[in-house]
Amino acid sequence: MSDIAERVKKIVIDHLGVDAEKVSEGASFIDDLGADSLDTVELVMAFEEEFGVEIPDDAADSILTVGDAVKFIEKAQA
Amino acid sequence: MRRVVITGTGMVSPLGCGTEATWARLLAGQNAARKVTEFEVEDLPAKIACRIPFGDGTDATFNADDWMEPKEQRKVDPFIVYAMAAADMALADAGWKPESNEDQIATGVLIGSGIGGLEGIVEGGYTLRDKGPRRISPFFIPGRLINLASGQVSIRHKLRGPNHSVVTACSTGAHAIGDASRLIALGDADVMVAGGAESPICRISLAGFAACKALSTQHNDNPEKASRPYDVDRDGFVMGEGAGVVILEELEHAKARGAKIYAEVVGYGLSGDAFHITAPSEDGDGAYRCMQMALKRAGLTAADVDYINAHGTSTMADTIELAAVERLVGEHASKISMSSTKSAIGHLLGAAGAVEAIFSALAIRDNIAPPTLNLDNPSIETKIDLVPHVARKREINVALSNSFGFGGTNASLVLRRYTGA
Repeated sequence: MSDIAERVKKIVIDHLGVDAEKVSEGASFIDDLGADSLDTVELVMAFEEEFGVEIPDDAADSILTVGDAVKFIEKAQA
Repeated sequence: MRRVVITGTGMVSPLGCGTEATWARLLAGQNAARKVTEFEVEDLPAKIACRIPFGDGTDATFNADDWMEPKEQRKVDPFIVYAMAAADMALADAGWKPESNEDQIATGVLIGSGIGGLEGIVEGGYTLRDKGPRRISPFFIPGRLINLASGQVSIRHKLRGPNHSVVTACSTGAHAIGDASRLIALGDADVMVAGGAESPICRISLAGFAACKALSTQHNDNPEKASRPYDVDRDGFVMGEGAGVVILEELEHAKARGAKIYAEVVGYGLSGDAFHITAPSEDGDGAYRCMQMALKRAGLTAADVDYINAHGTSTMADTIELAAVERLVGEHASKISMSSTKSAIGHLLGAAGAVEAIFSALAIRDNIAPPTLNLDNPSIETKIDLVPHVARKREINVALSNSFGFGGTNASLVLRRYTGA
């Protein structure tokens, strides 16, 4: 797992209070990890803060899984 | 109107987590005041408070993780966590766990707070200033709103009846119990989870209340001596924190399921001073009318009152309340015991009225008046027994609990022993 993926995973574990093994690349924040719509807003804010990137609202709406977040951040930092 | 009884209680207080632990320590004369060490107080005029005993949950310490998941705690101010804990305890104590659609709709929640999430608002303000609006959490608003205590309790326990809240400063807890009782009396609910919660112990709150000249500032080196209602050396209240929640229930509903009954809520009075934003009117007329209304509603007279849990904050206003009580009870003064439990737990602001209503119910249950600590030299003479220093065993069938708040808002509750009649 890349450094970015590890850091994303840690944020998800901290914010959603879920077990590490559940946080796979394909895990959906809402369907698999018990987040609600407010939790996902806060997750996106935490990603922005951790990685120093800006995630516009329309992009945020398409970040539904752990993998989506990793991909967006890798692209933004490339 | 339908009759309303108390069938469950729960509290988180500076003397402990749980009603019975708090009550035992209160009767034993324990005092919760201490120096604040969790944040900087050197530049504050008041450096003491009555904090909840935080711990791992043993020995009646309060472990927030026992009552709310850590990830959920992070989203709310502590007053909501305290309310959740007190409501869980009260529902368990009452043995009321509504599962049918009918029972869930018949059960409502009315928990208030005087201030709500003050510390969270301050933190949010810093975030906005230092990091900008994009860094404000989606949980900033729902974690601070006062009615979210009622909201969160209703969501956890699926209570879909009336969902309401009260904000009347230091009268909040009493108003919540009084208003919730009326919802039951009028038939809008059969059961109400009612009370108050407050988490005010933070720098801005200590600074603000001290600026109002409301806090004790002369006993910082001897915190346990600071809250001393009616005493000549009193100089302001000591801030407390916590929550008190009762389960109110329509009498026949409670009897039908064989519920334990602490006491009946027989009277409720409300009044306004229309005088000053922080000071009570000097003639005590608002307090007098409030108590009088509560007794009238109860169908009782001053001669029936055995115990009064005073508002008694350890400020100059103590003697105004005392004079109003003397005017109310007249020649019966010598048979009444009146104490201020704020001498032991401090002033829980929006939670005070609820916690003190529970103490009043327990005073009836156990026939004992809790003490007024530190009452070494009463500032005025009275025939009323102010229960100095030690609890007093005595017959208590009717108790009156007073709460008066900033804005000149007054509430009195009258509780009576339920004898089956």
